[in-house]
Amino acid sequence: MIHRYFPHTQADIDAMLARCGVSSLDDLNADVPEELRLRRPYELPAQMSEHEVREYFEALEKECTPLTCFAGAGYYDHYTPAVVTALASRSEFVTAYTPYQPEISQGTLQYIFEYQTMMAELTGLPVSNASMYDGTTAVAEAMMMTVAAARKRNKVLVSATLLPAYRRVMDTYAHFHGIELVTIPEKDGVTDFAALGGLLTADVAGVIVATPNCHGILEDLTGVADKCHAAKALLVVSSPASTLGVIKNPCEWGADIAAGEAQSLGMPLSFGGPYLGYMCCTKALMRKLPGRIVGATEDARGRRVFVLTLQAREQHIRRDKATSNICSNQGLMALYAAIYLSTVGSEGLKEVNRAGCDGAHYLAARLEAEGVAKLRYPAAPYLNEMELEVDGDAQAFIEYAAGHGFLAGVATSPSSILVAVTEKRSRTQIDRLVELFVSFFKASKS
Amino acid sequence: MNRTAYSPLIFELSKEGRKACQIPSPDVDDAFSSLPADLMRDSEPRLPQVDELTVTRHYTNVSTNNFGVDTGFYPLGSCTMKYNPKINEEIAASRVFGSLHPLQPAATVQGALKAYDTLQQMLCEIGGMSRFTLNPYAGAHGELTGLLVIRAYHESRGDVKRTKVIVPDSAHGTNPASAAVAGLKVVEVKSLPDGTVDVEALAPLLDDTVAAMMMTNPNTTGTFESSVSEIARMVHDCGGLMYYDGANLNPLLGVARPGDMGFDVMHINLHKTFSTPHGGGGPGSGPVGVRSGLEQFLPCPRVVKDAQGKYDVEWDAPESLGRVSCFLGNFSVELKALAYILSLGAEAIAMAGPLATLNANYVKHSLKDLYKVAIDRVCKHEFVFDGLIDKSTGVTTLDVAKRLLDYGFHAPTIYFPLLFHESLMIEPTETESIETLDNFIYAMREIAREAVETPDVVKLAPLFTPVGRPDDTKAALNPVTSFYDL
Repeated sequence: MIHRYFPHTQADIDAMLARCGVSSLDDLNADVPEELRLRRPYELPAQMSEHEVREYFEALEKECTPLTCFAGAGYYDHYTPAVVTALASRSEFVTAYTPYQPEISQGTLQYIFEYQTMMAELTGLPVSNASMYDGTTAVAEAMMMTVAAARKRNKVLVSATLLPAYRRVMDTYAHFHGIELVTIPEKDGVTDFAALGGLLTADVAGVIVATPNCHGILEDLTGVADKCHAAKALLVVSSPASTLGVIKNPCEWGADIAAGEAQSLGMPLSFGGPYLGYMCCTKALMRKLPGRIVGATEDARGRRVFVLTLQAREQHIRRDKATSNICSNQGLMALYAAIYLSTVGSEGLKEVNRAGCDGAHYLAARLEAEGVAKLRYPAAPYLNEMELEVDGDAQAFIEYAAGHGFLAGVATSPSSILVAVTEKRSRTQIDRLVELFVSFFKASKS
Repeated sequence: MNRTAYSPLIFELSKEGRKACQIPSPDVDDAFSSLPADLMRDSEPRLPQVDELTVTRHYTNVSTNNFGVDTGFYPLGSCTMKYNPKINEEIAASRVFGSLHPLQPAATVQGALKAYDTLQQMLCEIGGMSRFTLNPYAGAHGELTGLLVIRAYHESRGDVKRTKVIVPDSAHGTNPASAAVAGLKVVEVKSLPDGTVDVEALAPLLDDTVAAMMMTNPNTTGTFESSVSEIARMVHDCGGLMYYDGANLNPLLGVARPGDMGFDVMHINLHKTFSTPHGGGGPGSGPVGVRSGLEQFLPCPRVVKDAQGKYDVEWDAPESLGRVSCFLGNFSVELKALAYILSLGAEAIAMAGPLATLNANYVKHSLKDLYKVAIDRVCKHEFVFDGLIDKSTGVTTLDVAKRLLDYGFHAPTIYFPLLFHESLMIEPTETESIETLDNFIYAMREIAREAVETPDVVKLAPLFTPVGRPDDTKAALNPVTSFYDL
């Protein structure tokens, strides 16, 4: 045997070559011109036993320091119930392909249908796709969707309060796709909607806003949808999925499209991925939605079954006329979300938000009382994340706290930090973070 | 898997007042209740209310409605459904890697950055490229990123008239779709009867508006494009770049490298060639590699290493095309691919390609008397039958595919590539044994016999699957996409 992953014995190889009418494996590559053949060994390490592979990664783990996480900026350290990981790891889910053969893929199709239902419930918008890669690409796709739906409008307005990562990805897609992105300015930490009227010209296809925004502030979107619709522009609202259990949802704000990140639904931080992009829309826009959609129907025996539907939108049928080039979804992560939401339910989701909110406000109050940090926007409502101003070097503090096992947040300027609190952070941990603030900033003052 | 489908939806198991979790709480004063009521949602989302065992039984039973590589043979053409090693899953499930926030200080994530950089370098060696980004989330996302590299390259030279991408008519659907998203116009080039690019038809398409040519090699018929060097020369002569769609890279392991064929930019599907699972549709990973001279156009963030061997993250670079992802891609998928390459090592990985090609040719030769060989040449990792040779009873490729499900196999890819009316595209991969292939061959031969003797059985198939053929028309006519719309 050549390797534990290849079942071929030499006798197998000989018998198979004989069936093919050739005498060596090389003969089967005789159509590859000799000058293109790789005639040297790869410069790669020699094969490792499973034990050695495990040790290799254990050594890499030792070069990483897990920290008690108070960082957010779109990605949050929520608790993952054990059932979620256990069930989502079942190999019937993990080792399946896209459910192109519905007769033997009802498992995948059913959980996507459940996921779509849950996302429609969270966003309030009735049609969810089967998921996208992550929040940044989902919002970029939403941007392109507003342009595709509008015809002959290629400008999209985007609030200055979107997280930088989102804006950067949108900038890339917009630049090469020929979309003009115009920023709606911010004022006092929130989108300056007074400026919207003047920006909503006849060439605007869509308006994109986020709540909670890049400062953690809950935006008040009252009247925004009406203004957009009066100008025949679509409104896109982006919120971290878990917050949609409690905050006014995109549908309640009058949005046409909801798109964003669903990592907060129990997915590990995992150094940036895999995460989960979600995207929902009104029924009127359903045929413009990118990505896969699962629908219910009946089988030949009259039973309720699920299939991939509305495929005429997709790349394998429409090729360059497709609504997007996306060919997959984020299947397993959609499964994560579905199991997570089944496990916590709406009550648990509310508790998650409540715990984070209470913890964040407690932390902010303590830091202000200690005089080591103050809220950058003291009058603005926030859920579980807030921007703090410090009298000193924010990045240096983050490095200092990391040395003490804490990820204190994300520096948003030389003297401000975005800090998030989830249900995983105990009062003791919050108090310890306060001590670190005190010891660093009071020491640096004296 | 189940013979009868488990069918309840989780919402149908819900009962008011049940729950399956206990959420920790920091035990501090209430602030939540003071949030402005007009910013909070009016009604609660209708999520399931179930206990923990109900969740467990439900999703366990849902999983048994599924067929995966761990269940049985999955000869799905162009999808490379090879075995997904268990050690990879164990490593990716690491609590340490799982806990790392993408924005934490570089000094605290040296091991993770090292994993990224190591895989990046290994892919360079395998692809014959100079540098890879692992940031794209999937194959199609890699295609888009690769095309943006090409656009950034042309833009950097002020050459803005290059708006055309040449794509063979045999290409994966994502090729033209990615080109459109990248803001490029697609021009199709015809294939010859042997499935390869018609070089004579290509020549008149080449001018100073060509940004790139996209090719899959071997192409979607499983045929190696022997003229690839000549094509690359022609495209380069007109100032365009060559893009390699890595969906079919598997047979080239140990055989040839895209970089040596003249490709400038390529993507790799880690979930195909490098054994990471498909997960029912994702997460995938679509690293993009470039030849020397194009590295500066790759997206940010990037992993960089200083003279002391310390890794850091580079967030911006002047000539970079920008960002296509929130961070460094689907990191845990990257770990799985790295574990796979380390497990195989230099020698065994070079056998993956030849064995995949052996398996495909073995199946083809074992069935060519009953199924119409679309292209009578040696194939690489996959090949296409243009349906049954004897089509007199009206049994179609769809029928054959559905009947295969009754025999306990996943169906091949059907009706793709579009070059043939009855395409049946088979890719066995190198991880399947001769016994499995023989069982598949037996089933295919039985179906060919049934197609003549009892064609209705084949046309009504599948008969033994958990559910029968679904009514796609009904699904599309009045789409029901949520439980509450049922």
